[in-house]
Amino acid sequence: MIEARELSKSFRVKGGQRLRAVEGVTFTCRPGEIFGLLGINGAGKTTTLRMLATLLTPTGGEGRICGFDIGREPEEVRRRIGFLSTATALYGRLTGLEVVNYFGRLHGMTEEKLAARREELFTALGIHEFQDRRCDQCSTGMKQRISIARSLIHDPEVMIFDEPTLGLDVLAARQITRFIRDCRERGKTVLFSTHVMSEVAKLCDRVAIIHRGAVRDAGGVGELAERHGVDDMEEIFVRAVGETANVVSVASGEDVS
Amino acid sequence: MNGGLKTTGVIFRKEFLDTIRDRRALASMILVPLIVIPLIIVGFGGLSFVVMERAESRQLTVMVLQAEEDPALVETLAGNPNLRVVEADADYADLISSRRVNAAVALPENFRQEVERGKVPRIVIHTYEGELSSSLAAQAVEEVLRGHLREIQRERLAGAGLAPEFLTPFTLARQNVAPPERVGGNLLGGVLPYLLVILCLTGAVYPAMDLTAGEKERGTIETLLTSPAPRSCIVYGKFLVVFCFSILTALLALGTLGASLWAGTTLLRAQADFGELSLAVSPSAVASVFLLLVPVAVLFSALLLAISLFARSYKEAQTYISPLMIVAMLPALVAAMPGVELTPVLALVPVLNVSLVGKEILTGLFPWGPILFVFFSTCLYAAAALWGAVCLFNREDVLFRAS
Ligand SMILES: Nc1ncnc2c1ncn2[C@@H]1O[C@H](COP(=O)(O)OP(=O)(O)OP(=O)(O)O)[C@@H](O)[C@H]1O
Ligand SMILES: [Mg+2]
Repeated sequence: MIEARELSKSFRVKGGQRLRAVEGVTFTCRPGEIFGLLGINGAGKTTTLRMLATLLTPTGGEGRICGFDIGREPEEVRRRIGFLSTATALYGRLTGLEVVNYFGRLHGMTEEKLAARREELFTALGIHEFQDRRCDQCSTGMKQRISIARSLIHDPEVMIFDEPTLGLDVLAARQITRFIRDCRERGKTVLFSTHVMSEVAKLCDRVAIIHRGAVRDAGGVGELAERHGVDDMEEIFVRAVGETANVVSVASGEDVS
Repeated sequence: MNGGLKTTGVIFRKEFLDTIRDRRALASMILVPLIVIPLIIVGFGGLSFVVMERAESRQLTVMVLQAEEDPALVETLAGNPNLRVVEADADYADLISSRRVNAAVALPENFRQEVERGKVPRIVIHTYEGELSSSLAAQAVEEVLRGHLREIQRERLAGAGLAPEFLTPFTLARQNVAPPERVGGNLLGGVLPYLLVILCLTGAVYPAMDLTAGEKERGTIETLLTSPAPRSCIVYGKFLVVFCFSILTALLALGTLGASLWAGTTLLRAQADFGELSLAVSPSAVASVFLLLVPVAVLFSALLLAISLFARSYKEAQTYISPLMIVAMLPALVAAMPGVELTPVLALVPVLNVSLVGKEILTGLFPWGPILFVFFSTCLYAAAALWGAVCLFNREDVLFRAS
């Protein structure tokens, strides 16, 4: 269970100004559900997910993971989440096996439990054949599979994936989305972010469209289609966000505040 | 607490493995002490030995001005196997400056007549001050001239019916009573603590940067932070690795230093009568110095960790660390200079105090009060640095600095 209530984050930037990356984001993601955070570059997706993963401290609002407050019990929260983002790289000088073992031990798993869970994940993700290769010699797809095994080694109740298919080819991306769906079948709470509209339509039960740090619209995929009168996710997104011109200006990195 | 220790252990093992697999870190730890130190000791020692030997064995060129004043004396000079007497030249000053002539002896006018009349004439030796060959030439000339002087003295004493001892009421001699360790300690004492301090620092630099700024650059820090490991355990684990490398570098250096010194002295002893000068230092003194070095290594490791943690990349870390290297090397260097002694104020200066106490220990003294004081003050500085590193590691603006 993930609960975000009025989550906000502002960064101090050069010149003493504050950049409001996330403003009052509220949503709930329940077990057995895939919740998508849809937004363009710089919308505030990563910042929101980092706050929920206790990597960043919110400047406003609160969040709970499985009932634990992200501000007050960060270690309990981290115990219960598997976090994967574009910025969570692997140790290049270690092998896939070593990386996964390391994170299992950091989670305090016993060696037997670790071995059993590792077997399960390596088989599901097809890692065995390159498990003894150093990570810096693995392809992007191999790395992503190891990263997923790394983030799920402790069998977390909550999974937070930030653009998990970024930079992957069609087949690799399909394998990941299939895996995410499997997790839902097993009753996990899955929160993931993306800027790929089609992925949301295929995978998500519910979506929040985030733009300039704020949630513009949220609900089931069907619900959103009905509300905006179109089926196409891209069209829904553009209507929810409203101003096409601004989408362009934000995407090209102009001032957001 | 128990879980914390276990987590720290897990992190330590992984970071150690990671660092060992990094060729650059290994090079900084092994290559420097293993190759550079013997090179310095043997190379430098051997070189100065060779230079001395060559300068001593070579014939030195000496010019005699107004040689006609005392041909017999010039004959004696030319008879010295180390000296080659050349024709006089009015440009002797230029020739000495351009090192074509090593020294010039100027006999005054009417030299012999004045000596005979008891007028005390003065012979001037022109040299190139500070130049080895020139001073060796002057030395040889002086020896010959002194011999001549004593010869005349003896003649005069005999003429007056006096014994040669008449002008020698007593003689003087110097005797060294210091134990061999002290002689060796004096030679080594100044340099060894300095060398060890520097190596503690250089051994720690690379792992410290790699485990912090390097992790940021490679993007693995965020992965690590998503684990439930307490931030303090992460810092302790990383710190222990840096500390290990710092100590290992110093140990390795000590080993190679001992080996190359042993090889060097046995080599020199075989070549010349070098027996008087022993470079032996007692193992207990070296061990004590090493013990003092432990808090220094802690201090350096924690400090380097904190600094490079603050940096966003290797490059930035390097810009921060270079001044620190100078700041740390300077006191060690000051302590290596002869004549600098431990005072209550200097005992408070980190690094400098350890180098100074180390110097005392290596010359065979164990001033327990200062030793304990220096040990605990360094521990205090080290603890402060480590605490600073943990504080920095808890700050998200340091961990996620916008690039
Ligand atoms: N550590 C930081 N310091 C300052 N500003 C930051 C920091 N991290 C993010 N920002 C800013 O916050 C805003 C939101 O960034 P965020 O990374 O959350 O966007 P995103 O939706 O994940 O975009 P993308 O699709 O490009 O990953 C951006 O304007 C970004 O520049
Ligand atoms: Mg992002």
